[in-house]
Amino acid sequence: MNQLLSVRDLKVHFPVPNGRTVHAVDGVSFDIRRGQTLGIVGESGSGKTTTALAVMRLAPITGGEVDLDGTPISRIEGEELRRARPRFQMVFQDPFSSLNPRERVGRIIRQPMDLLGLGEASGRDARVEELLTQVGLRAELKSLYPHQFSGGQRQRIGLARALATRPDLIVFDEPVSALDVAVQAQVLNLIRRLQRETGLTYLFISHDLGVVHHICDEIAVMYLGQIVEKAPAAEIFARPLHPYTQALIAAAPSLAPEHRRRGGGARLQGDPPSPVNLPKGCRFASRCPIAIDICRQEMPRLRELGPRHVVACHRA
Amino acid sequence: MADPVLDIRNLKVDFTTRRGVAHVLDDVSFTVAPGELLAIVGESGCGKSMTALSILGLIPSPPGRIVGGSIGFQGRDLTRLPQSDLRRIRGGDIAMIFQEPMTSLNPVFTCGEQIAEAVRLHQKASPAAARTRAVEMLRAVGIPEPELRADAYPHQLSGGMRQRVMIAMALSCEPKLLIADEPTTALDVTVQAQIFTLLDDLRQRTGTAIILITHDMGAVAEMADKVAVMYAGRIIERGPADAVLDNPGHPYTRGLLASIPRIDADPDADLPEIPGIVPALTDLGRGCAFAPRCPMAIDACLAAQPRHVAISANHSAACIRLEPQEVSA
Repeated sequence: MNQLLSVRDLKVHFPVPNGRTVHAVDGVSFDIRRGQTLGIVGESGSGKTTTALAVMRLAPITGGEVDLDGTPISRIEGEELRRARPRFQMVFQDPFSSLNPRERVGRIIRQPMDLLGLGEASGRDARVEELLTQVGLRAELKSLYPHQFSGGQRQRIGLARALATRPDLIVFDEPVSALDVAVQAQVLNLIRRLQRETGLTYLFISHDLGVVHHICDEIAVMYLGQIVEKAPAAEIFARPLHPYTQALIAAAPSLAPEHRRRGGGARLQGDPPSPVNLPKGCRFASRCPIAIDICRQEMPRLRELGPRHVVACHRA
Repeated sequence: MADPVLDIRNLKVDFTTRRGVAHVLDDVSFTVAPGELLAIVGESGCGKSMTALSILGLIPSPPGRIVGGSIGFQGRDLTRLPQSDLRRIRGGDIAMIFQEPMTSLNPVFTCGEQIAEAVRLHQKASPAAARTRAVEMLRAVGIPEPELRADAYPHQLSGGMRQRVMIAMALSCEPKLLIADEPTTALDVTVQAQIFTLLDDLRQRTGTAIILITHDMGAVAEMADKVAVMYAGRIIERGPADAVLDNPGHPYTRGLLASIPRIDADPDADLPEIPGIVPALTDLGRGCAFAPRCPMAIDACLAAQPRHVAISANHSAACIRLEPQEVSA
């Protein structure tokens, strides 16, 4: 088995006033095999974006290990971290704020190569043109500014910038959630085509189950800083075992005939509890339709209940 | 079928911009009956939110202007009413909830005060009666401990709770028509399901007609009785939700539905794309605005605006490639 990324017991805790702590990511572990895509789904505050940022070393890691193909990226610092950066790059959610409005697109894409000293300086402009073509934009567009592009085109530029360093891993944080559905399909197809052509490994953060179903080999569901279920994509949709995963799948708006005019079909009451005052037992127990006493007393551990299918639930 | 609450005919709205006149709404017609939920669906810039703003008389003017058509509401044409009359209708008989519950609530007043203000304005209630009504409304939208929450400021509530407050405020004066503009886009999916359930429940109980403005075909399936699909300022397809979702007639509707990544689809197949992007409203030609992106376009598509062609009862699409069968007015 050829793991590219290995994350073990990752913790990101933020101090807040009055000596309290936000447990944004609280003991998350996963592996991603080379050339594969792991999706992390969850609602706001579940810690999925913070997990992505911690892997990118853009959020402070409180505990645990992140290993990229033998490089302990959670432990290296300074120049050593800088030298490792070309191997893992990120595409952000907002195609507007993630590109500098004052720089021409060619410069935006070239910058990672300049900053990290990749390749001969004289060859970088040619590489920029090659990258633009690779993401489906005409090379001569490099002299335009970001505001002259649509949202979908801007997301292609963000992707070209991430590809500039020839990374092994790309971390995507909600890359299509700001796009209209027709444009979303174009960008999702591009993301998949690049993986087929180059063997890239992806960590893909999304709240949209349809999107992760389409793009991911494996899916992890997060709730309040922890993974509550993880399985191969087809398995998790066919046989969701955690009541939260079941509720998420049930709540996802669908065109299926049984969803017609059902008025949302809400199953869960309330909002997730605050990540500051975490309950002692299962973090989902307060909203769980099948919670029993033990759920409120004892935090469930992840157990393997099928081939590569793990679940943290006393009732599963 | 009861008389419609809202009857919009041939509505046209123009915006004057530096790059010329943009026909933001062009020949938009639809009706909504009491207790009915109409979904207006389309991509950014298609005119769906502009339709809502026209109904409320909130088109920024200049640069915007209603240049034709009528908005019939309770026997009156809203396009001809002075602002003072519209002000009485807005928040009273026609209420609206917006996408972002944080920015549409006033941060310096409590939720209870904001609901009570609407009640006092529109129903001439005493402060005490208005306060009672506010608490009652918070309870009706499923907010726990409504007496306490009435004294909470918006920032003390979660996004889902804030949207419930918006709905409570919108419904406090028993509107005949509720316009919900992307009411769940900023919310998580389990909370979205709660808000949908609440809206559905309320319209069944009170008979309020609802216009749901959304970009999400899933939301249409979950909620709508009927659908209007907009593209570049025009309604290009309309009909009962099942008919439009199961048997879309317009190539744009078909493309939109096909491009959604679905849980029940084959994940290994590429998603069908609609090539290109939405055209700028200032440079639309004489013909069908979708023609440049349309896989079925022929020369005639560029020559003139396509008229609506009947597909089945109440279901029509504006595409000349459909069977030539004129819709009766």
